[in-house]
Amino acid sequence: MIRLTKVKALWIYETMVRIRRFEERSIELFQAGELPGFLHAYIGEEAVAAGVCAHLTPKDQITSTHRGHGHMIAKGLQYEGMFAELYARATGYCKGKGGSMHIADQDLGALGANGIVGGGIPIAAGAALGLRFKGEKHVAVSFFGDGASNEGAFHEGINIAATWKLPAVFVCENNGFAESTPRATHQAVQDIADRAKAYGMPGIVVDGMDPQAVYEVAGEAIARARKGRGPTLIEAKTMRFLGHYVGDPGTAYGHDKEVGKWLKRDPIITFAEVLVKKKWLNKSNIDAIHANVNNEMEEAIEFARKSPEPELGDAMTDIYASV
Amino acid sequence: MREILYREAIIEALDEEMARDGSVFLLGEDIAEFGGSYKTTVGLLEKYGAERVRNTPISEQGIIGTALGSALVGMRPVAELMYIDFSAVAMDQIVNQVAKVRYMFGGKANTSLVIRTQGGAGRSSAAQHAQSLEAWFVHVPGLKVVMPSSARDAKGLLKAAIRDDDPVFFIEHKLLYLERGAVPEEEEVIPIGVAEVKREGSDLTIVATSSMVGKSLAAAKELENEGVSCEVIDPRTLFPLDTETILASVRKTGRLLITHEAVQRCGWGAEIAAMAAKDAFDYLDAPIERVCAKETPVPFSPKLESYVIPDKDDVIAGVRGMLETV
Repeated sequence: MIRLTKVKALWIYETMVRIRRFEERSIELFQAGELPGFLHAYIGEEAVAAGVCAHLTPKDQITSTHRGHGHMIAKGLQYEGMFAELYARATGYCKGKGGSMHIADQDLGALGANGIVGGGIPIAAGAALGLRFKGEKHVAVSFFGDGASNEGAFHEGINIAATWKLPAVFVCENNGFAESTPRATHQAVQDIADRAKAYGMPGIVVDGMDPQAVYEVAGEAIARARKGRGPTLIEAKTMRFLGHYVGDPGTAYGHDKEVGKWLKRDPIITFAEVLVKKKWLNKSNIDAIHANVNNEMEEAIEFARKSPEPELGDAMTDIYASV
Repeated sequence: MREILYREAIIEALDEEMARDGSVFLLGEDIAEFGGSYKTTVGLLEKYGAERVRNTPISEQGIIGTALGSALVGMRPVAELMYIDFSAVAMDQIVNQVAKVRYMFGGKANTSLVIRTQGGAGRSSAAQHAQSLEAWFVHVPGLKVVMPSSARDAKGLLKAAIRDDDPVFFIEHKLLYLERGAVPEEEEVIPIGVAEVKREGSDLTIVATSSMVGKSLAAAKELENEGVSCEVIDPRTLFPLDTETILASVRKTGRLLITHEAVQRCGWGAEIAAMAAKDAFDYLDAPIERVCAKETPVPFSPKLESYVIPDKDDVIAGVRGMLETV
């Protein structure tokens, strides 16, 4: 059993706050017309990214989704480069060429958010294979949603990972809706984790609103992968608190009715209560964490605003390493 | 110079690059014990073991995605798609992932991977095993596309592709595998992006790819007897394209015929025609001609297949038509 230490618990709490505040401010900036494109907010699902990434080092790799800000922050990407990317600035993680759905940093083992549902799953399998080739005990973790579990890429990537016993962990964030389609109308299984059996690998359901539970389950799976015993499929039951994208009220498909009971389980509130009860946090610590995150964030936003846009010539670079 | 088969040249290139660089490995369907459907990996399992010569499930997007993921962490995978037709099953990984990660990530991405595949008609393989789909991939910024027509080019270009830091889509031809050609024993790496004038001539330029190179050379030989001198250029790499070699030839001959086995409509030849019409406009003495497959799926019947796929006689007829227009 992987025990949650005080150090890790505080890291998870702060990471969840960092994700939440990033998303809240991004939404404000987007609605103020400062950010181009569109956003998919991770609000509500923070316990999954934080609980899993608490086990990872920069050498471990992740693939992510269109709703990827949370995974990137949990993997160690910094506010400055992330906000600059959302502002489409040359100082962004992708020099303003990727945007919200493609934030990545290979140096931190973040192989990208991904605009294609399920697209990162075989890539994570490949990263796991590459890590094993190099003889390193690192792992690759793929985050994806319930919708992605119906893609062929899910089947192909997970089957390869299981067959080759790759050091990979597949984390399905089941938030109950594939964009606007409720779970029951896009798959017959109640638990996506059940599908693991079909690939010859363990499948575990975990409460995705409980960071400690996620941490423990992910810890077992990641340790198993590091030991060379193969991949695990983790299904984290969770809920995005907002619509599919910023601007989607969620009213057309029943999300607004469903979300109420999940709001009561907001992991940032409930986990703070747990930590206060353990005396690992008190009100003034919590306020300090929020204040620090907010200060750092406002500085990062200012950095992004003041950063230069890409030059027109930059449109034609980074297509090839060399031609 | 010794002569070996085109498929043996592929094996040699893979063998030499795997021996040279431990990060090179192979993955694909039936490539290990079976040696590949077209026997292009024979002997490599025995030499390099099952870790580096990996049989995969029949999962084309899994193959490409896995290759990409391993490249991102520093490997140099060579993925095999048994038929270019099957690339359609892997299109998201090829087009949306492999071709774009470098750009989307702002340049910070290792994308050194080769996708080897084979296309072309001539074996009654019918509509799902005989296409020439190279134009799909040339159309996607981020990919390099190589299409060797000889054993020597196949070996030298595959070695270059494996060493390249960009994703290379490497298209072999199923009928060429058993063609023999001169290949030097000593190491030769043929740079990507350099065309070769396969035959010099003065009356007309034929730009041909893959199997059409041999057919064009045979056509040129026959036409020579009629006093027509054709220059035959094989671009070898469809992107990046050696435009200068093609344009210099067109400026010299004043006539351009482009031939490929893919259907004409929106084919790679259209791009060459547009380029020549713009950059060699003042030198053209006749309308640009294309000799390509008829616009149909590839039929099963040998009779129909040879009817829709261009051959030497179609090239000759095309050349004659161009000379008559003067």
